[in-house]
Amino acid sequence: MDLFAQQLVNGLSLGALYALIAVGYTVVYGIVQLINFAHGEVFMVGAFGAYTTWILMGSPSHLSPGFAFGVVMPAMLLGGVVAAVGTALLMERFAYRPLRGAPRLAPLISAIGLSIALQEAVRLFYGRIPGFPDSRRAIPFPVIDGFTGRSWQVAGVTIQYSTAFTLIALLVCTTLLWWFVNRTRMGRAMQATSQDPDTSRLMGINVDRAIATAFAVGAALAAVAGMAHGLRYNNIDFQMGFMAGMKAFTAAVLGGIGNVNGAVVGGLVLGVVEAMATTYIPGQFGSSAWKDVWAFALLILVLVFRPQGLLGAKAVDRA
Amino acid sequence: MKRHLAAGVSGLLLVSLALTGCGQRNAPAAPSGGGEGKKVATIGVIAPLSGGLSAMGNGIRNSVELAVRQANETNAVPGWQFKFVAEDDQGSPDPGRNAATKLVADKTVVGVVGPLNSSVGQAMQPVFESAGIPLISPANTNPSLTRGADLANPVRPYKTYFRTCTTDDVQGPFAAKYLLDEGIKEVATIHDKKTYGQGLVAAFTEAFTKGGGTIVSAETINPDDKDFSAVISKVKATNPTLVYYGGEFPQAAPLSQQMKAAGLGVPLMGGDGIFDPNYIDLAGSASANDLATTVGAPAESLPSAAAFVTAYEAAGFSGGYGAYGIQAYDAGTALIEGLKVSLKDATDVESARAATVKAVGAVDFAGASGRVAFDEFGDNKTRTLTVFHVADGVWKAVRTEDFK
Repeated sequence: MDLFAQQLVNGLSLGALYALIAVGYTVVYGIVQLINFAHGEVFMVGAFGAYTTWILMGSPSHLSPGFAFGVVMPAMLLGGVVAAVGTALLMERFAYRPLRGAPRLAPLISAIGLSIALQEAVRLFYGRIPGFPDSRRAIPFPVIDGFTGRSWQVAGVTIQYSTAFTLIALLVCTTLLWWFVNRTRMGRAMQATSQDPDTSRLMGINVDRAIATAFAVGAALAAVAGMAHGLRYNNIDFQMGFMAGMKAFTAAVLGGIGNVNGAVVGGLVLGVVEAMATTYIPGQFGSSAWKDVWAFALLILVLVFRPQGLLGAKAVDRA
Repeated sequence: MKRHLAAGVSGLLLVSLALTGCGQRNAPAAPSGGGEGKKVATIGVIAPLSGGLSAMGNGIRNSVELAVRQANETNAVPGWQFKFVAEDDQGSPDPGRNAATKLVADKTVVGVVGPLNSSVGQAMQPVFESAGIPLISPANTNPSLTRGADLANPVRPYKTYFRTCTTDDVQGPFAAKYLLDEGIKEVATIHDKKTYGQGLVAAFTEAFTKGGGTIVSAETINPDDKDFSAVISKVKATNPTLVYYGGEFPQAAPLSQQMKAAGLGVPLMGGDGIFDPNYIDLAGSASANDLATTVGAPAESLPSAAAFVTAYEAAGFSGGYGAYGIQAYDAGTALIEGLKVSLKDATDVESARAATVKAVGAVDFAGASGRVAFDEFGDNKTRTLTVFHVADGVWKAVRTEDFK
């Protein structure tokens, strides 16, 4: 029972990470019907942005908890968000907007190219900046005293601070996103654009800005995920976006691409399935190396019986 | 494209012709330095002399040069003067093969020490085999280089290849013996399904259970994974006193860090794949007391290496002898020991090559790393390994032993 509860916690927190990234795929798909394959790299840039902020603050270590939680961590989070949102806006402006009228394959190829370009840019140039560590291999994420490696014990279940951070971040981000999409002018403009961009334009909505906002929102959440990744796994590298992006994309499809709630549910389900498959499938197929097989098998099953995903895709069919 | 290729090939041919020409002209007549009227034999080194591994490569180069210098000073083979050349393999197979081709084309070359990397060694083996020149590696640890792909039914693939270092396949049993000696009987194993990791864990498991230990859980991970929480929780439920990991440090470090964060506060042990300062950087304070086995012995701990260390420091090389300097010095000495037999009555180097290979295979002497003698596969009979642990943020040697 303890093991079950522990794996549930493990799975939910891993799933929360997937969900934070998956929202970015789904928001962008919902509005421009584009699979932004460079989104995993936005997540990576977010993590590097947080790390860079820490370096620019003079690599503070051995901090008092108040200073760490009140100043350093919020600053890192903000730095990560600024870097990721900046990258996403530039990406949208120069790689996707010129291709908006083009056949669907063109922006997709553009996305793959961007993904490679961003990885290589970080790999080759980040470490060349004086005072920055070599980015060709994994970089240790800053250790926050009183946070890193700390945990609570609740009824035999270990809950790490970083696990709690991820889950709370998901809760806060999705609540803010819900409020933003449903309660603000810009949010409603995004909804209108996703339903019919041409009519939205006729109604006086700035469609370009609505689309850029969708990219920015997704990037901000990915940056939060990047920060959470750094805190959980204590290292970041230029390739971290690839696998995480793959999993998050899977989560978005599992939940129903274009549907924000679906992305969250898809992420959590995927995380829990991976954790449970590691533990409860016996024999050689049950170990951690096989968890992806079970996760993708689940995806195929869901797509066979519910092609629109668990919660249903919200994308509007535009013939 | 084709024309470029042709131009390149003919360029290479020209260069190699020129080189062979040089060798021929120099070989019989030109005595260098103090060797008046002596015949010249060349001893080569191929190692990474540029790039990320160059610190180790230069240590190998210098150590062999030291052995050659000493042989000339003591007039090891009467009537013969040894010349030393070093080639750069850049740590990758293609430049390595080119360097090998260049050296074997030189008719005065009697033998070569190198390379550092197993993959480079694999690329060079056929070149030396067809030339019939001995190649002695101080650092290739992949067992298949001497025993073929199927380790259960070993067949020696290349008769001219030898090595003075210990191979990977004894690291697992050595770790098992160390843990049993320390009274650790319940161990969980995790590996990354790659050849190195899986082999390490398989060899460890066999020796550990034979010695009376219990494997409480055997798990695998994906090399791409970042999140090991699920597998750690599963392992934690079986209460191991240590986790033995087969793989490399980029996964082992986060694994160790996540283990400790998840409340599994037992040491992680691995092979030389995790023996890297980066492991400690990435795992941070969680790496304290983690263990690793490596092949060979740290020079400062070996009484037999003291003379080598003194001579090396007196020789005024730039840079240290590195992780494999002692094995390289012994490889150079093994070659010279073999030449004492094969060159004694020889008229020229080329005709003595077959005898040299045979003589190297039969050497038996006290080297800097201990006794050096080759078995029927070309592996060193003395197999020295060391256990390291992390203390105060650095790897510290715990125990060095000759295994079996």
